[in-house]
Amino acid sequence: MDGALRFTQVSKSFGTARRKVTALAEVSFTISTGRITGLIGPDGAGKTTLMRLAACLLMPDAGTITVLGLDGKSQAQAIQSQIGYMPQRFGLYEDLTVRENLNLYADLQGLAHTERKERYDALLALTALGPFGDRRAGQLSGGMKQKLGLACALLRVPRLLLLDEPTVGVDPISRRELWAIIQGLREQGVSVLISTSYMDEAERCDDIILLHEGKVLAQGPPSAFTTPLEGRCFFVQSAELSRRLLQQRLQAEPAVLDARLETSGVRVLLAEGAAPPSVAGAEWHRVPPHFADAFFDRLHAERASPDPVVTPTIRVSPQEISKPETVLSVANLNRFFGSFHAVKDVSFTVHRGEVFGLLGANGAGKSTTFRMLCGLLPASSGVLNVAGQDLRTAPAEARRQIGYVAQKFSLYANLSVAQNLSFFASAYGLGGARRRERLAWAAEEFALAPYLAQNAGDLPLGFKQRLALAAALLHEPPILFLDEPTSGVDPLARTEFWRRINAYSAAGTTVLVTTHFMEEAEYCDHLVLMSLGEVLASGTPAEIRARAATPERPNPTMEEAFIALIEAHEATLRRSR
Amino acid sequence: MQLQRLSGLMRKEFLQILRDPSALGIAFAMPLFLLLLFGYGVSLDAEHVPIAVVVEHPSPLADTLIGGLDQSRYFRPVRFSDIIAARTALKEREVNGIFWLRSDFVRKALDGEGADVSVIVNGVDANTARLVESYLQQVWQIWLLQQQREQASVLTLPIGGELRIWFNPALRSRDYLVPGLIAVIMTLIGALLTALVVAREWERGTMEALMASPVTMAEIIIGKLLPYFVLGMGGMALSVAMAIGLFAVPLHGNLLVLTLASALFLLVALGMGLLISSVAKNQFVAGQIAIVVTFLPAFILSGFVFDIRSMPTIIQFITHLIGARFFVSILQSIFLAGNVWSVILPNAAALGVMAVVFLGLTLRRTRKRLD
Repeated sequence: MDGALRFTQVSKSFGTARRKVTALAEVSFTISTGRITGLIGPDGAGKTTLMRLAACLLMPDAGTITVLGLDGKSQAQAIQSQIGYMPQRFGLYEDLTVRENLNLYADLQGLAHTERKERYDALLALTALGPFGDRRAGQLSGGMKQKLGLACALLRVPRLLLLDEPTVGVDPISRRELWAIIQGLREQGVSVLISTSYMDEAERCDDIILLHEGKVLAQGPPSAFTTPLEGRCFFVQSAELSRRLLQQRLQAEPAVLDARLETSGVRVLLAEGAAPPSVAGAEWHRVPPHFADAFFDRLHAERASPDPVVTPTIRVSPQEISKPETVLSVANLNRFFGSFHAVKDVSFTVHRGEVFGLLGANGAGKSTTFRMLCGLLPASSGVLNVAGQDLRTAPAEARRQIGYVAQKFSLYANLSVAQNLSFFASAYGLGGARRRERLAWAAEEFALAPYLAQNAGDLPLGFKQRLALAAALLHEPPILFLDEPTSGVDPLARTEFWRRINAYSAAGTTVLVTTHFMEEAEYCDHLVLMSLGEVLASGTPAEIRARAATPERPNPTMEEAFIALIEAHEATLRRSR
Repeated sequence: MQLQRLSGLMRKEFLQILRDPSALGIAFAMPLFLLLLFGYGVSLDAEHVPIAVVVEHPSPLADTLIGGLDQSRYFRPVRFSDIIAARTALKEREVNGIFWLRSDFVRKALDGEGADVSVIVNGVDANTARLVESYLQQVWQIWLLQQQREQASVLTLPIGGELRIWFNPALRSRDYLVPGLIAVIMTLIGALLTALVVAREWERGTMEALMASPVTMAEIIIGKLLPYFVLGMGGMALSVAMAIGLFAVPLHGNLLVLTLASALFLLVALGMGLLISSVAKNQFVAGQIAIVVTFLPAFILSGFVFDIRSMPTIIQFITHLIGARFFVSILQSIFLAGNVWSVILPNAAALGVMAVVFLGLTLRRTRKRLD
């Protein structure tokens, strides 16, 4: 049996002969029929290239691809009429309504007019898009767009469905709904290949292909990944130390591979054969391993020489930290785009040395709020006070107090690392000895010295992010703004990133961060949960989790809490209508 | 080729055109703007040009010469008492030229030893300068003829050269600018708009989704070609209607011939647009290439504003690579001279060759692949 999809020794590279980038190197695997196969790997692992090869949109440099028993090279047209493919940025026509998009793809897939009504009804019911049939696709939320994209790919039930990161940037509720649809398809005998960078989604798959730097590291059911880790995962709590301190102590232990904040304690992955080290007052509870632990373990083993972990250094005099001082306050902040109310009456305060998180799905108003705080976007109304300066009257003065790392890589890709740093030093007005000192600091602190002459655009993603952070910290700002800093970064780089951020905050830097990774919320001292421009909840991670606790679920995760709070909020909206 | 898929693609394209204000802007607002600009704003004729007149020693003889200026519709004489004031006026561009009769003009003229008339023309605007120069010469010549006639015999009928202008007897620049604009407008819709909308499909990722469906590349190309063909012919109809209705440009040739020639040129423009979009996959680059390779040449090298015969030889050679050049020749002859087959047929043949080359290259170049 061929399976639904088979790659044999497939290689693919891009670029010119001089600067060749290998996306996939001798990849071989088979996907069995009627199962959900997860393609897991960090950004740049080659997931999208693999998907495009499977959809016959790219030709391999070497090797053969067999899709549904057909040859990928010679029978592309036949393959494309039997598969469903949803690219990462799904190609919806934003000027067209939901129904018009469906019509287009029904025409393209040759769905007979007589079958349409029944099929549309079924798909609109499945995706809960029924009431939005006449709405333009551009006006749908991120999650609804993804569901419409999926519906378009499902008009004719495909034998093989290829989904390229369908859940990126989608809120937890829509994510859950998308998965329910995908799991329903398995019942109909559809084979699904889905790529994702969310570890919890891996566990919903029947089979997993772990892809890293263009190579298949491993393939097997989730249990094949987690079983070997049995007995190495622990949940650690301490009565003596705060969660954050406990995590720092644990990370310093050589026996500990990874220590992540989770609910009221720290989740620890021990090195193979290591015994739990004794840390002040720590209670160790053995817990079942998750796929995320297995992924971390594999990547850790793969990376022969891990980057040197530099102890973060930052200068803030200690006496400044002692008093809880408000460094940023927002009151009744509003922002309209035309008639669209993007940010509704948002108020909060941030204290010195805090890690303050703005949490929410795409379109919740996080980035808009953020841009107003940085003075990049004027507020429609409300009070914005940054480091004692009113942003509306003294924007330049307030801006000098902040460092900003944008969501997208916003450095000059065709300048070298050293040129980028030196440009930002000039932009912040650093000169003389201070300039030399800060540039040296940036190179050392972020281990950028070996890359100084390289073009910033050619750096690996993790290093691009370090460079962006270095540039934002050159002028030693007391407040640091990070907009979705870890999206697309692999788990190792993410752990390292948070280690740095926590060290800076411990040294007195105030950090504001937006994220849609719910587990990252645990790293914040204070959270604001946003949905549709409004603040749903505000408090410490523990307080927010406690708000969603029920007798059936006394200890919800952040994601469960988020879903529960949004659902409750929507219910009140419906009642008030 | 399957009709259901093709009609689906075309319906989508029309819906997008109707809903996207920028597409409608390029298709209809830009042509309207260009037509009004060239119809009303830009004129290559010199009329009522202000001219400084300096007569140092007034006399009846000088008056007859100046009288010729007054009567000419090309000039608006402004009197200055001395040459210094006139020069200042020229420098400040209050006048475009100076007509200077020195104090010894009458004496020399009557003595028959050859009187000088000084004409100073502002050469900053070379086009107007040349016109002013030749018009002034005409005034001067006519006056001389009159003087000769009066002095020789009162009864002699006026004799002299008669200038006749064919095809555009009124010599209105509007009459040849407005037809030429049709070529520019159709280039705009055919090449620029088409290149942009295909690049937009790449940018938004819709092309990737289309390609993974069972459509063929030929269906995608024809699905773009036909809607923009209709739009382009609409732009052409708008331009012709405005040319005839609003600007009273005569149409001596046949409307059907005009339509067929336009359709042929539109295929060339669409071919260029699609070819550009197979190279440039984002809207900015596609727009830049389309403007530099199609729109600007159609403006400058097509002979629509600037006469090709007065260009350097090498540039004249290059104009043969520009489809608009052939179409402008066809347009100007259909509008101003009629169905002159000896002009229309060779130019149409050149357009046909270009259409086949561009569309053929597009079909060859575009494969259903992302790399």
